[in-house]
Amino acid sequence: MHILVVEDDRDTREFVRSGLMQAGHTVDVADNGRDGLLVASTGSFDLIVLDRMLPEVDGLTVVRTLRASDNRVPVLILSALGEVDQRVAGLRAGGDDYLVKPFAFSELEARLEALARRTAPEGPATLLRVGDLEMDLMTRSVHRGGTAIDLQPREFALLEYLMRHAGQVVTRTMLLEHVWDYHFDPQTNVIDVHVSRLRAKIDKGFDEPLLHTVRGAGYKIAAGSEQA
Amino acid sequence: MRRLRQRLGAILRTTTFHLTLSYIALFGISVSLLTLFFYWSTIGLIVRETDATLKSEITGLAEQYLEHGLDRLVQVIAHRIRNDPSGDMLYLFTTRDNQPLAGNLAAYPPATPDEEGWIEFVHRRADGREVPARARVYLLRDGLHLLVGRNIGQLRQLKQTFNRALLIGGGLTFVLAAAGGLLMSGRVLNRISAFTRTTSEIVAGRLDRRLDEHGGGDEFDLLAGHLNVMLDRLEALLETVRHVSDNIAHDLRTPLTRLRNRIELAARDAPDELRGELEASVAEADALLATFTALLRIARIESGSYDAHIEPVDLARIVDDALDLYQGLAQERGVVLAADSEPGCNITGDRNLLFQAIANLIDNALKYTAAGTTVMVTVRREGNADAAPGTVCVTVADSGPGIPSEEYTRVTQRFARLDQSRSLPGSGLGLSLVKAVAERHRGTLEFADNAPGLRVSLRLPA
Repeated sequence: MHILVVEDDRDTREFVRSGLMQAGHTVDVADNGRDGLLVASTGSFDLIVLDRMLPEVDGLTVVRTLRASDNRVPVLILSALGEVDQRVAGLRAGGDDYLVKPFAFSELEARLEALARRTAPEGPATLLRVGDLEMDLMTRSVHRGGTAIDLQPREFALLEYLMRHAGQVVTRTMLLEHVWDYHFDPQTNVIDVHVSRLRAKIDKGFDEPLLHTVRGAGYKIAAGSEQA
Repeated sequence: MRRLRQRLGAILRTTTFHLTLSYIALFGISVSLLTLFFYWSTIGLIVRETDATLKSEITGLAEQYLEHGLDRLVQVIAHRIRNDPSGDMLYLFTTRDNQPLAGNLAAYPPATPDEEGWIEFVHRRADGREVPARARVYLLRDGLHLLVGRNIGQLRQLKQTFNRALLIGGGLTFVLAAAGGLLMSGRVLNRISAFTRTTSEIVAGRLDRRLDEHGGGDEFDLLAGHLNVMLDRLEALLETVRHVSDNIAHDLRTPLTRLRNRIELAARDAPDELRGELEASVAEADALLATFTALLRIARIESGSYDAHIEPVDLARIVDDALDLYQGLAQERGVVLAADSEPGCNITGDRNLLFQAIANLIDNALKYTAAGTTVMVTVRREGNADAAPGTVCVTVADSGPGIPSEEYTRVTQRFARLDQSRSLPGSGLGLSLVKAVAERHRGTLEFADNAPGLRVSLRLPA
């Protein structure tokens, strides 16, 4: 993917750049808002990682300007202004996701992948498929290899989110935000219990496991052929 | 009746009452002294002068007798009586056996003289009127008696007038003193009450409140000024402490994240035997970062800089969601996690913060309670249901080891963990965060003995 990183802090910028390049992406950088806006509107990028507090032109203005000129490239806003309350302002300005500094690289990577996938034209999908696991969104039923799997509503939502991001790492925070719809920090890894129950239902008795734990990052649902 | 007595007791205990009483006493004493002085310098003077006149008259008459004999005295007395048409002066001159020789009194009045030889009696005048009189009897040579007296009717009247004035004045004094005392002490105590109100607000956590200074430069302004300076320093000090700890958390977070990310990236290319170790290091760094995040979040909520998204929320719904999230964990630990919610437990608040608070309480309960027991979450409306908004109370009750009651206030302090829980994982910030959330919503966090176990109540105004 072609990614633009607009960040004035040299350490963060270099770290993000090297990490993304290591992951096989092409990365352009800018160190202030005006340059960032110029590069963003002239080049063609799959994703933009944008710091919120930038010299010259601030991040939220950059996003607003891009959106005003009908540029729909997904933007992930980075900010030292943490917390849920700040997140809302960033998303309202036209950002697609918001990540608080300091962040774990795996969290950034997972969110960028999710953003890139979101723009891929999907059409009104009614059937999600990973390997021999199938989810019918119309009848709200799940089958694996022809066997019906009975899921609780929350388990269904969890599996749906994972399958919509099949092949990508999904972090625990992302699951809490999207499946449970709460921004909060659990004291215990409560998500793990839900995932292992789901795993018991979809993987138990089958040769190939589909639901994988990615250590230090989160979870990924993928069939053998799709695994990186 | 008992309530009346209690109210009366409360009034009797007030400083207003005591001050008013002292004021009345002080006022009363000064007025009494003043009255006494007035009496002494008016009526007292007249009495003294009357007595002096009578004494000198007696002395004069006695000299007449000594120098010129009995006949002359009789003549003089007759002359005096003739020259006093008002009949105010009274005379009686008698022989040894009380036979009158001269005078306008028929006989000695039946009265016993006081220590100084004065007698007071009622004198029936020639016109039939009865008047009070004061007289002195003098024993002349040869056993003759001489009485010289005076009609003191006017003096009596003056005394009565004075007494009446004293009575009215006394009553007036009391009323004025009471009113003045109430007014003065009221003014003083109003300011003290204002101080008390403000200080109790400060004690309740509103450190930005200050005592009123009226600008008159009186003792209260002086006191308020000093207290305000003290509060300014206290606030500045607290602010510094908070800043220092927040800055430490903030400044450490960035390099720690960088370290964590380097390890994470290194782990990807590391050989298998090293990768496990590196991934464990990442997990440890994550735990540390979570602590810093929690610390900063508490600081932001407490300082009011957290821009909470306040909206109508249904606490029963939030409890249901939290239960849904923690149900799996509870079953894994063999604990029954159940909820009992009343409908209509709506409040206004930040749903994410409230979820965090309730999740922390459930997390704690699950952590300490033993397998086979129940953790019960109840949501109840409290207070008069229809009229006043009242409160909603979320209670999480477990049957774990509980907390000794003397530790109730300590457990909400940051990093305060009881000795017995040191072996369990956790940052020691969970309850601090709950308390911060409660206070952000003007609510309270209370602990009670669930016998056995702990019962934590989060009370939030609806």
